[in-house]
Order: sequence, then C-alpha cells, then structure tokens
Amino acid sequence: MKKILQRLKKRNYISFISLWIIVFLYFLAIMADFIAPYPYNKQFRDYPLCPPTKIHFFDHNKKFHLRPFVYEIKLVNPALNQYEIIEKICPIYFFVKGEKRKILGLFPSTRYLFGTKQGKIFLFGTDMHGRDIFSRVLYGARISLSIGVIGVSLSFFLGFLIGGISGYFGGRIDNILMRLVEIFMMFPAFYLMLALRAVFPLNLSSFQIYLLIVVILSLIGWAGLARIIRGMVLSIKEEEYILAAKALGISTFKIIFKHIIPNTFSYSITAITLSIPGYILGESTLSLLGLGIQEPFPSWGNMLSVCIGNLRILSNAPWMLIPGFFIFLTIICFNFLGDGLRDILDPKNW
Amino acid sequence: MRRYILNRLFQFIPLLIGMTFISFLIIQISPGDYFTQLKMNPEISPETIENMRKLFGLDKPVIIQYFYWLKNIFSFNLGVSFSYHVPVSFLIKVRLKNTIALSIFSIFLTWIISIPLGIYGAIKDKKIQERILSFFAYIGISLPGFFIAMLVIFFISKTAILPLGGTTSIFYENASNFEKFIDYLKHLLVPGLILTLSGIGSLYRLMKNNFLETLNSPYIFTAYAKGIPTYKIYFKHALRNAINPMITIFGYELSGILSGAGLVEIITGWPGMGRLVLEGVLSFDLYLVMASLLIGGILLILGNLLADILLALTDPRVRLR
Repeated sequence: MKKILQRLKKRNYISFISLWIIVFLYFLAIMADFIAPYPYNKQFRDYPLCPPTKIHFFDHNKKFHLRPFVYEIKLVNPALNQYEIIEKICPIYFFVKGEKRKILGLFPSTRYLFGTKQGKIFLFGTDMHGRDIFSRVLYGARISLSIGVIGVSLSFFLGFLIGGISGYFGGRIDNILMRLVEIFMMFPAFYLMLALRAVFPLNLSSFQIYLLIVVILSLIGWAGLARIIRGMVLSIKEEEYILAAKALGISTFKIIFKHIIPNTFSYSITAITLSIPGYILGESTLSLLGLGIQEPFPSWGNMLSVCIGNLRILSNAPWMLIPGFFIFLTIICFNFLGDGLRDILDPKNW
Repeated sequence: MRRYILNRLFQFIPLLIGMTFISFLIIQISPGDYFTQLKMNPEISPETIENMRKLFGLDKPVIIQYFYWLKNIFSFNLGVSFSYHVPVSFLIKVRLKNTIALSIFSIFLTWIISIPLGIYGAIKDKKIQERILSFFAYIGISLPGFFIAMLVIFFISKTAILPLGGTTSIFYENASNFEKFIDYLKHLLVPGLILTLSGIGSLYRLMKNNFLETLNSPYIFTAYAKGIPTYKIYFKHALRNAINPMITIFGYELSGILSGAGLVEIITGWPGMGRLVLEGVLSFDLYLVMASLLIGGILLILGNLLADILLALTDPRVRLR
C-alpha cells in the first residue's frame, strides 16, 4: 500500500493530489455533523436565496481585524430577493455553540467547527427555503460519495461471480450467461434506470430509496464488468498453476475465488476507481429527476433539481449550482486517480 | 459481405426478444394496474378498451400478454398509449424525429471537432499544446452532461442569445419554409451544443491514443527512414490505421443516441424521446415504454451493423474474413 502511494507520488503527481482531495471529501462527509454550521433541514425563513456571505478582514473604515468577520444582512425586497448589508460586524469564531446535534449519530455536541455568535454565515448562500447550502453540500456528500463505493462493490461482486463462473466453466453455462449479459447491455442505460425505478413506489422511506438506487445502479453496471472478468478468467485458467491446483484436488469454488480472481485485481482496482463516477452520476441523475433521494434529505443531485426548468432561480441565484461543482470535483479526482493507478499497476510500466 | 450482414442480423433477433421480454417483466411487476385504471377513465370508450383487450390480451397472464404484444409488433401495431390516448407509433414518430435530428447534429459536430484535435494532440504529444488540450479533455470527460446543460442554460439566461426550450418560435406558423428550418436549427443549437461539449473530451482522448499508438508502430518508422514527407506519413499511413477503432466507436455512438440525449433533452426542454419515456415510465404507460425500449434495441443493432459495414469497407482484413 505504502509502496503504491510512493510510486503514485513519483510518477503521477496529479493523481496523488486527487487521492488526497478524495480523502478530504470523504472526511468532510463523515464529519458533516461537526463541520456544518447548521443542520441540513434548518430553514431560515428570513433568508431565502441569500447570496454567499463574504468573509472580511477589513471593515468599511479600512481597519484591519485579525479575526475575520461577516456583516449582518437583511432582506429588503422579498419579491426580488435583494439583500442589504447592515454595518454590523459579526466576528467568526471557532468551536462556537449551536443547537444540539449528534456527531456521527453517536456523540451529542453543541459546539461546531466554526460560526458566528450574531448574524448568519452562509458560505455558499441559501436555497429558496433559506437552508444553508454549505451545510447541505456536506450532508449531501454522505449520500453521493457513499453510493459510489457501495454500488461499485455490489456490481463487482456480481461481475466477479457471473464472469468468473462463465469464464471458468465455459461451454453451455458460458453461452447462456453471456447472452444474458448481452441482453442487459442492449438496454439504453438511462431508460433502463428509469424503468427499474418505476417498479417501486415513489413514496419510500429515504433509507429504502438509498438501497434501491444502489441496487438499480449495480444491476445496470454489472454486465459490462462480467464480460471483462470472463475474458480475463479465460486466459488465466490456462495457466499452469491452476492446473496444479486442480491436480491437488482444490474445490472449483476455491480455485475461482482464491487463485483466479485475485489475479484480476490489478485490473479491478483501476476499473473500480474509474467506474465510481458512473455511480455518482447515476445517483445524481435519479435524484435530479425527483426519483432518487427525497427532500428534505440532501444529495448533490436533488439539490440541483430546482435548476431544471426554473430559469429565474438559475439566473438570479447561480450559487444553487455549487453542488454540481462538487460532483465535478469528485468525478475528475476519481478519473485522475484511476488513470494514475492504471499507469503504475500496468506491468508494462514497471 | 451480404451473408455476413444477414448473419449478424440473425444473431440479434434472440437478443431483441430477450430484451423486450425482460422489460415487459419489469414493467409488469410495477405496482399500478393500468387495465383497471383504463376502465375507470371516462375519457376512453368501452369499445376502445374491448378492442385493446382483444388485441393485447390485457386480462391474460404476463407471458401470454407478451406474445400478444410480439404478434402485434410484426404487424407494426405498437399499441395505444394509456395516458395520451393515441397510438404509440404516432407519439413516437414526432419525438423520435426530434431526437434523431438532435443526435445527428451533435454527433456530427463532436466528430468534426474532436478527430482533428485528437490528431493534433497526438502529433504534439508531451508538448505544451497537447498538455492544454488534454487538460480540457479531462474537464470535459468529468463534467456531467446535466451540469454542462445547467451551465449553458445559465449563460443563455444571462445573455439571451439563443432560444431555449421547444422546437419552434411563436412566429413559426406564418414563416416561410426556409425561416422554419432556420428557426428549428436555432432551437436545436442549445441542446446540440451541450451534447457536443460533453462528447468531445472522451472522443478526443480516444483519437489521440489511437493515433499515438499508430505513430509508434514499426511501419511508421520505416516510412520515416525512407524519407517520406511527414504530412504524408500522418495522413496517408497513420490516419487510415488509427481511424479503424474509431469506426466501431461510431457505431456504438449511434446506438447510444436514445440514452445519451435523454437527460439533456429533459433539462433543456427539447421535445424528444427523453421526456416522453420519463413520463411514460412515471405513468406506467406500458406500450409507450416498451416501444421506446424496442427502438433503443433496434438502434443498437443498426449502429453495430453500420460499424461492421464501415469497418469492412475501410479495412480489407475484415472484408476478407
């Protein structure tokens, strides 16, 4: 592991940085309860569509403050969502007191990473219900980032199972399974996703929907993987050490899972990294269309859904697009990391 | 050659049947029984229901229903949409035309831009030009299509340089044919550009890698050694070999028309198949969804077939096999 990291750093610095950005994003998601200044469903009715709060070091008299501060703002025109700055300085403190929340759902706490004692701090602005987008992005990261990992694992499990069986046994089983794979690959992915979602009622609990999305995305993703794994198994099973294992009387199941599949790992690590973005995108797409994670729970996808067909909000409150930048950042980091890993894991490059 | 094509076509038929059967099952296990819903709807006459019941066997088990549907497909009867009360073929005809227009426009634009860029990137490999191009390609690959759509819509809402949503302007009715065409094209531009932007990155990278690989093959070195001018090496020797894998990808791209454009259509309000299928799925409009999936499958077959034929035309090695 350490060796891989070092090689990554040396050969492909961008993917090394990407790795750390990904780690940081996951850290933010896990620690959302502590870092977010407000709960994800806290509505500040007096601050709808409030633009991002600017953090100042100099006040209007050009006097320098060591402690950064924000100005208090007030809604002056509710129809146009215009805000006015009140010349009242609200310093930002670390570890301020707030409402009681449970960090990681375990430790109750009343102190958060940062915040103001008076006034409000909306780093990324607010949505039309006056909910802090920065806090919602952090909470939404939990869903968007975890779905990728869980979905990929499920897909890979299916892919390994079916691809492994198909490649190892060959013959009729192979034929039937591969036809099944081809049928699944024929579906237009976007429509298959919609059709599968329609099988289940719209009003499920949020946890059920989460599981459902994972299952749907894995059902779409496994086919292509199974085909590639099959090809690799086909070539590996001809190796002599497999013959040796057979001669020793090791069970077929054990041969597939202990001797053949580990040999596909260098490929799979790369493939896993490069296919996580697809799952993140799938979740955002479903949530974007209102079929995925439901309000008030945030996910990066459903936070963007107000931007569809709502030109007024989109043009007056461009900060509503911020979750999209996070999707983009996550995907580009996974892409860089995947390419870097492919570089260093490919025996040709050693 | 003809035998080859026929062979390929026959291979696809069982797949198509399997695919439609699976989708039939998926939709049938969905909650919401449209048959009773149909009976309760006062807008539909009892004769229509009776007619549909006879033709599609709506009160029979799923498997039988599937065979009824299959039988009707061969007589080009795609069924009636439950929510629109018109034949599915009529609904799809209009929408499919828009989707195909959009896809052809964007595919054409994507290829015309990214192929030359890919060649340029491969020629300038590891130089500053290639670094910049590849950087942008990375961004293009990683930007989700829907997010590009939102950014473009945001830009247009600020500048109002292009019309947004629908296919026609208000003055469409009394415009001349040429004006009508221009108007349609203008509306096409926004979703078309969005799809193009989201497609360029990956295509550029594929073309660059292919070209680079070809440039590193021994016969290119031989050509250099013989003193053949560089431009001739690029365009006469390397290009023809590097383009072959791209032709397969072209076929895939054609087959992905339906899926690829769907979301962008929904976001930009382009009345294509995307929105239709979304609504169909949400309202359990069985025959509408089935027909769209069937068309998706047929497009895939056509795309693959086209790729095979094109490949056979450009590559004598494939032709002789």
